[in-house]
Amino acid sequence: MKDLERISSPASLAAGERPRLDADAPLTSGNRWVYAKERFIESLLMLAAFSSVLTTLGIVGILVYESSTFFAHVSVWDFLTDTLWTPLFNNPRFGILPLVAGTLVTTMVALAVALPVGTVVAIYLSEFAHPKVREVIKPALELLSAVPTVVYGYFALQFMSPLLQKLIPGLPTFNMLSAGVVMGIMIIPYVSSLSEDAMRAVPMSLREGAYALGANKIITALRVVYPAALSGIVASYVLAISRAIGETMIVAIAAGMQPNLTLDPREPAETITAFIVQVSLGDLPHGSIGYQSIFAAGLVLFLMTLVFNIGGYVLRKRFREAY
Amino acid sequence: MSDFSRIIAKRRRQDFVFNVVGVACTLVGVVTLGALLVDLMADGLGRLDWAFLTSFPSRFAARAGIYSSWVGTLLIMLVTAFTAVPLGVAAGVYLEEYARRNWLTSLIEINIANLAGVPSIIYGLMALGLLVYQFRLGQSILTGGLTLAFLILPIVIVATREALRTIPQGIREAALALGSTKWQVVRHHLLPYSIGGTLTGIIIALSRAIGETAPLITIGALTFIAFLPPPPVQASPPFLSFGWLSSPFSVLPIQMFNWVSRPDPAFVVNAAGAGLILIVVTLSLNAVAIVIRYRVRKRIKW
Amino acid sequence: MRTELDTGGGGRGRVGHEGGAAGVAPASRARAGVAPAEVKADVRGLNFFYGRHQALKNIDLAFAVNRVTAIIGPSGCGKSTLLRCLNRIHDLYPDTRYEGRIILQPSGVDIVAPTTDPVEMRMRIGMVFQKPNAFPKSIFENVAFGLRLLGEGRRAVEEKVERALRGAALWDEVKDRLKGSAYTLSGGQQQRLCIARALATDPEMLLFDEPTSALDPIATQKIEDLIFELKRQVTIVIVTHNMQQAARVADRTAFMYLGELVEAADTKQMFENPSEKLTEEYITGHFG
Repeated sequence: MKDLERISSPASLAAGERPRLDADAPLTSGNRWVYAKERFIESLLMLAAFSSVLTTLGIVGILVYESSTFFAHVSVWDFLTDTLWTPLFNNPRFGILPLVAGTLVTTMVALAVALPVGTVVAIYLSEFAHPKVREVIKPALELLSAVPTVVYGYFALQFMSPLLQKLIPGLPTFNMLSAGVVMGIMIIPYVSSLSEDAMRAVPMSLREGAYALGANKIITALRVVYPAALSGIVASYVLAISRAIGETMIVAIAAGMQPNLTLDPREPAETITAFIVQVSLGDLPHGSIGYQSIFAAGLVLFLMTLVFNIGGYVLRKRFREAY
Repeated sequence: MSDFSRIIAKRRRQDFVFNVVGVACTLVGVVTLGALLVDLMADGLGRLDWAFLTSFPSRFAARAGIYSSWVGTLLIMLVTAFTAVPLGVAAGVYLEEYARRNWLTSLIEINIANLAGVPSIIYGLMALGLLVYQFRLGQSILTGGLTLAFLILPIVIVATREALRTIPQGIREAALALGSTKWQVVRHHLLPYSIGGTLTGIIIALSRAIGETAPLITIGALTFIAFLPPPPVQASPPFLSFGWLSSPFSVLPIQMFNWVSRPDPAFVVNAAGAGLILIVVTLSLNAVAIVIRYRVRKRIKW
Repeated sequence: MRTELDTGGGGRGRVGHEGGAAGVAPASRARAGVAPAEVKADVRGLNFFYGRHQALKNIDLAFAVNRVTAIIGPSGCGKSTLLRCLNRIHDLYPDTRYEGRIILQPSGVDIVAPTTDPVEMRMRIGMVFQKPNAFPKSIFENVAFGLRLLGEGRRAVEEKVERALRGAALWDEVKDRLKGSAYTLSGGQQQRLCIARALATDPEMLLFDEPTSALDPIATQKIEDLIFELKRQVTIVIVTHNMQQAARVADRTAFMYLGELVEAADTKQMFENPSEKLTEEYITGHFG
């Protein structure tokens, strides 16, 4: 039992380590088979964990590989600065700016809906609502993010667009506004759920300090709890941004499939994601420049979301450490 | 004293106003969900009949159905579930119970956090370049299933880890102190106790996969497919066949997408019908997951 | 010179033995040590319930104006519960119920009456908590928080913040970094910041809930000195599990046990010659 002592000693447990079976420990007689089996199982599990690394390597690998052939034909400068995106034409132009503009404008519209509404919902559920109300509303909001995005696309085109056309005369059927608004509603739970968790983690003593001075609920919520939970809340915002940038079906269905370099959400435009779908729907010979262009566009998309995903992860870790 | 009451009254009003605003914002989501369901039902409920479920797509809206699509979805989900669940749970167990706290583990964790946020269409691109062409798996059910498996893998891993985290350290220590090996602790204690939470995550992940469209379009799922893949089980030996894995396919969300993109309003009705089935399936799965989570929380209070 | 105790009336409250650990005190006796003109807050027949559980049983106690009253007793005796009745902070939690009265003088308002606004009570009675709970704001904004709630103008806020920080013996240490985050202060400094925050709005009473239990001896001493100074401006009630602290700081001490008030008297008398056996056993460390 000395091995057990060593691995489960109070000192090592106090240091926060999990009791771990040391496979290098001297084997007691008769247990070699057990230890060998343990090692084998551990290796299997480790391989499973590595599958995630392989996935990333696969993604990065294929994006870079195909893009490199692309950039052999198209200069990076042209790619980043040209204002026309017409890769399937006879005289193709490969400026990614229209697609980036489409992505950014729809994202902005979505965030304009999701961030304020999501934050208000989070504050309401965390600081105001009765616990029973919370129990019902929280899962109901989660259902919002469970609806397939193609259904949301349908909703944006068939319901939201006609609705907005009544409010904004001259609005075309395909436009970034309808797609963006519906996308924003879809993203509300991302913001509200994480922000609310962040606010609930703020210790009660901080609130008591405010209430003891005679503060009311909204002042305590806005000036004490919200700043205290800020890194968790911003993490939720960052993840919402990432989600909006990467959304495909809603914009493919409702925002139109024509690249359009504009900042006006009332116009139709194509996002990076919609472009990739558009090309995939057609027939493209493997290895053609059109085929490679979707990988170049995908690389840009991947890098954009990478920045936000890692930012969100870092913020969430920082928040968890604080409380 | 009247100074106090004036200020207090003003603060009360502020609280009241925010209460109203808070409820309104909360209702935005609920109302949208309701409007969505009503809209779908209004357009599509009438279209749902046995013929719709058992007809292949057609140029004629009235004759078109979702037979090949829902069969395709089912078969794809078989591959996805069989791949993602064991892989994801195993990875989650490893990361939570076995991995040492070093830079490699942190790297894997950051990696998983990133993968969870990578747009689904990127998975499609990866599968297109890698699985379809490099590995020559073609535009098949196997490719589609694997693509979605990679997509939902991070969700399953995170769900497994969260579920394992809720089990107090004392349980592990008690089991080890009785002489169990690490794997015995996992197999006889940790997995059974965390099954509720893990299952919830798995169901939510699968529900997400059912609704995914973009990655499957990218790898070349067909939108017009007038046949069924060969069945996995057959009456004659060897009873299990794998021919279906290499078959081309379509899935329900892609069929809906195809119909919604058509200008003909009759196809919009079809799209609504397909959408109704989709949303009923995904919402039911999520509801089941929520109920399981609720039950598990009530049953086990550490 | 903290051993110099004000004997604002002599005598002590005596508790009869009518049953239970300490029995029921005749109302007049528990107030015997404090002359009516010197009562700031008068607790009469206070019962307090968490749901079905009764946490305070028939408390009769008077707090003398501009004096420090300490409440001592073993864990779970209800001392913090009693303190938190004074500013109605229990109202933040569901299923809490008060019975009886706490009369605040000179206004005569009953703190725990359902018709009394708890927010107003909290604006008039300040509280300092066990663990320093400074807000995630600058030092200045922390102290200014209560003032801004009252809608004070900019000039008034600046003056009162400085006055409060001086009153909390913190001004010299922070005057050059008022805009800095409150979390850059040490534990003891943060606690003094919380005291300044509570002082800024000129409260009628200041409640301290084990204010030094999380602090080192030097910080503790600074705060005890502070309390001694502050009592000239404001009535102070301090809950402490540290008997020596009560002996050092308080003019009057109340001893509680299992939700009941066992004895209340001048501190000197309580510690040198307690009238209840239970008090004596606690003070001599027979239980704790």
